Amino acid sequence: MTRLIARRLLLLVPMVWLVATVTFVVVAAAPGSYADTVEHPGLTTEQRQAIRERYGLDEPVHRQYLRWLGAVATGDLGVSFVAKEPVARVLARALPPTLLLGGAALALDLLLGLAVAVAAARRPRGCFDRLSTVLALGLSGLPSFWLAGLAVLVFALLLGWFPASHMHSVGAEQLSAPARLADLVHHLVLPAACLGLVAAAGTARYLRSTLMDVRAERFILAARARGLGEGRVLWVHTLRPALLPVVTLLGLSLPVLVSGSVVIEAIFSWPGMGLVLLQAAQARDVPVIMAATMVGAVAVLLGSLVADVLYAVVDPRAREEVR
Amino acid sequence: MIRSPRLAVGSTVLALLVLLCVAGPALRRPAPAGDPARAALLPPGAVATEVVLDNGRSLVSPRVAVTEHAVVVGGPLRDTEVPRERVVDMRQVRFWLGSDRFGRDVLAQMMNGGRISLSVAFLGAVIALFAGTTVGLGAATGGRWLDALLMRMVDAVLAFPVLFLLILVAALVRPGPVLLVVVLGLTSWMGLARLVRGQVLSLRGRTFVLAARAAGCSPTRIWQRHYLPNLAGPVSQDTALRLGDLVLAEATLSYLGLGIPPDIPTWGSMVAQGHRVMVDGWWLATFPGLAIAALVVALALIGDGIQERLSRS
Repeated sequence: MTRLIARRLLLLVPMVWLVATVTFVVVAAAPGSYADTVEHPGLTTEQRQAIRERYGLDEPVHRQYLRWLGAVATGDLGVSFVAKEPVARVLARALPPTLLLGGAALALDLLLGLAVAVAAARRPRGCFDRLSTVLALGLSGLPSFWLAGLAVLVFALLLGWFPASHMHSVGAEQLSAPARLADLVHHLVLPAACLGLVAAAGTARYLRSTLMDVRAERFILAARARGLGEGRVLWVHTLRPALLPVVTLLGLSLPVLVSGSVVIEAIFSWPGMGLVLLQAAQARDVPVIMAATMVGAVAVLLGSLVADVLYAVVDPRAREEVR
Repeated sequence: MIRSPRLAVGSTVLALLVLLCVAGPALRRPAPAGDPARAALLPPGAVATEVVLDNGRSLVSPRVAVTEHAVVVGGPLRDTEVPRERVVDMRQVRFWLGSDRFGRDVLAQMMNGGRISLSVAFLGAVIALFAGTTVGLGAATGGRWLDALLMRMVDAVLAFPVLFLLILVAALVRPGPVLLVVVLGLTSWMGLARLVRGQVLSLRGRTFVLAARAAGCSPTRIWQRHYLPNLAGPVSQDTALRLGDLVLAEATLSYLGLGIPPDIPTWGSMVAQGHRVMVDGWWLATFPGLAIAALVVALALIGDGIQERLSRS
């Protein structure tokens, strides 16, 4: 197990390097550069050329790449073209909001998905099962941006229950600590619900079908034959094995947790990683694009590692396979 | 044949949507010309009258009255009086799903946009199907080294944060339809490659394959009789689900304004347009969004149905 983790962690470095290199090539191959996206009416061709020279964008691509690689190898992510501050600081500012939003959404996803699936599996083909199956199916197909727009229209614009965007109200810095927390939660509800609901629909569908598979197993029949109550059979004997695949899902959702849902962050002006990447891509802010992509790649790789390890922890049968 | 209601419902919805998008414009009378001044933001089901003038222009308004000498076309601020002899034709038009800010028919736009959304997702899935199957088969049959090489390649591509990459490419190059299809296809074949490889490896050890080999069947015959039929089910299930993902990915890119150039509105960009005026016209974003959902749900049902069949047979 330790060897597996060590090997996968070592593999992380070449993998991230590969992702970063491909990204660099894509960025360099695209026409135009940061100097062309700067919008200023009085900017002359000479001044644009000066910008290009200042950021080293006039050099050959391989030289730019080597310079970037050398800096990253020593832990220097560079300075954002747009924000004019270290990329590390830009990302450090964007990561907490994304983790908060992603974490809240994940909690909603798991809790709601679990509750609905268990409630549906208590009485298969019953009233709640049918209703929740149809609802979950419909919800899991909805584009999250559409749901977000609807939520903003109904709950922010028409009813006015929740703010339509951003993380804090204007002037929230002057509030007391508990009031600021309440303000933050108030802003968190809509985006987290939009992300979490769609995900919960998928989780509920998935978990219900694994619960159904487990119910057909002989050890459930054996448990019933031993005279165990229906509740104990469901919660202990059925749910535990059915949760195994969910553990894998958990690991696979780490990337979304870290890199953020770009669309939801864009709609709600949530200042997280997704929004940072979107804005950096539009402004051709190379150092930020590179760093954000690398963080995304690390999240994907760590996520699949966590999934494999967790699976081995909870399922003794899998331990042989991952070794 | 085992009957599967999910498969039936999913296929029916999918067929209806495809039919509506492909043949829709031919089935209907031509959509009314857009009249931004008079027919903007009509609610679903609204009836308007299109007044065609002798100079080829036409006015569309829900309030049209015919007097003795003139046709009075109602406008938001003031009515326009047109002399009767200048009116070439008048016809009733119904905006089943309402009209947009420019007085265009939402249903007609959805049919046009749906063609784009559907073909982008479909072609992307074809690329993914081709690449995934090729790599999977290559890995399973090409010997240890090729297997190791191809599977590491799959791992490497899987390490890419796909949505990041899509957004990056879309924002940097502003892809045309072809590039968009290629990028979508090349970022979604990895699961299929693993699936095909796994299936072939597990089939290889099954008794009926061993029996066929022992009986002296040629490799071609074994592939035709045993491998391909047993691969078809899982592969088509995976492809149905993949199609749904691609529909959502295309819609997401279009929503962010990074998809196909905006002069052809796809469902995703229609939702984005609708969100800008959602207080005045809830229907603009609602119907394209529901169309996306219907398509994705239909594909999910088809995937479920195939799965159901496979596990029962």
